[in-house]
Amino acid sequence: MARRHAVSFKLNGKAVDVVVEPRELLIHSLREKLQHTGPHIGCETSHCGACTVDLNGMSVKSCTVLTVQCQGAEMLTIEGFEQSGALHALQEGFTQEHGLQCGYCTPGMITRAYRLLKENPSPSEEEIRYWMAGNLCRCTGYQNIVKAVQYAAKKMSSSRT
Amino acid sequence: MIPREFEYHAPTTIPDALGLLKQFGDEAKLLAGGHSLLPMMKLRFAQPGHLIDLGRIRELKGIREEGGALRIGAMTTENELIWSKLLQDKCPLLVEGARLISDPQVRYKGTIGGDISHGDPGNDHPALMLVLGASFVLKASTGERVVAAEGFFVGSFATLLQPGEIMTEIRIPVPAPGTGYCYSKLKRKVGDFATAAAAVTLRMKGETVQEVAIALTNVGASVLRARAAEDSLRGKAMNDASIAEAARLAMRICDPAADQRGDAEYKTAMAGEMTQRALRTARSRATR
Repeated sequence: MARRHAVSFKLNGKAVDVVVEPRELLIHSLREKLQHTGPHIGCETSHCGACTVDLNGMSVKSCTVLTVQCQGAEMLTIEGFEQSGALHALQEGFTQEHGLQCGYCTPGMITRAYRLLKENPSPSEEEIRYWMAGNLCRCTGYQNIVKAVQYAAKKMSSSRT
Repeated sequence: MIPREFEYHAPTTIPDALGLLKQFGDEAKLLAGGHSLLPMMKLRFAQPGHLIDLGRIRELKGIREEGGALRIGAMTTENELIWSKLLQDKCPLLVEGARLISDPQVRYKGTIGGDISHGDPGNDHPALMLVLGASFVLKASTGERVVAAEGFFVGSFATLLQPGEIMTEIRIPVPAPGTGYCYSKLKRKVGDFATAAAAVTLRMKGETVQEVAIALTNVGASVLRARAAEDSLRGKAMNDASIAEAARLAMRICDPAADQRGDAEYKTAMAGEMTQRALRTARSRATR
């Protein structure tokens, strides 16, 4: 068996350690070893975006990252969004605008939208569609996902001023 | 979908990476952004015994201008290309091309050096590199060499990069001010490879074509340079008839493989259409 590696990183602000074979994918460590089942396995082929997590300030598909690559990383998953009982503006936006039906893609959508709004706090509809294109949804037709991101952008910019 | 077992190495310097590459030889694969290699490993099309991750080597990252050339570290990501002020100002073709690659998440990980080294005819940077007259720095434990993009792509998944070598830098002569450019890409959906795509750089003098370069993506075993099409345009006025003739000549060198994106005839026709669109847009952007 290949040599196992101890990997330490910050997950939603908390230091965590896992011991993994090099071939273990990040999505499996998160779901099976760290009990963070928010990031979903959709396609497992880096197409659908359901497994999106925020890794060192980048939206990445955790089915196509090895856990051993994450030594020292800062990671955010959907579990880190709600703060002391209050929903994040994006979670509120997806609720208010009906940005989901079955909900399977939602953790990936929200995690991706979080980084998009960090990089571009007031995106146009076209920009939202372009920069969210790595996440697939089979229910909504995307209209309400765009509205949900717009809702969050508006709320976040008004709370800043 | 889990890869076969392998040992993982994360060197922090180029000499260390070269040492590992020498030590493990055929058993080793270099890991860049991982969005071609890891899917192949998950499907077990690739089964390296040792994976050498280049992600922690700082000197492989960054974009700068030196001696009239843009120098881009091989591990610079597509997303970093897109947001580079230097490239937006001096080489917008590279930004336009990077924006059309895959999807946002993949662009945070995918690297320019990985895209070029992989040798996949569906990758977009090879065509951009050809029309920009780029060259590549290849390092080995015995020394380094600089090779031109022209001639580097020798076939499907085959390039001049030798076992034991690492691509460390991409060098692009700064395009002359006023150079017209376009990357026109047809894809079925976000994340897909091109059905066909055309890259163009163009310099005009008045209404006359002074210099033009055309390269085609995913319509042959590797990227194609459309020389006859270029020759037909050079030194003449560019109009609808000459653009149509250039597209016809570009289509003549296409030899695409039929797949779910279409049959050979359709892909060839689309390569012609992308050539026409890229030429028109490049002309509209070129200073006369």
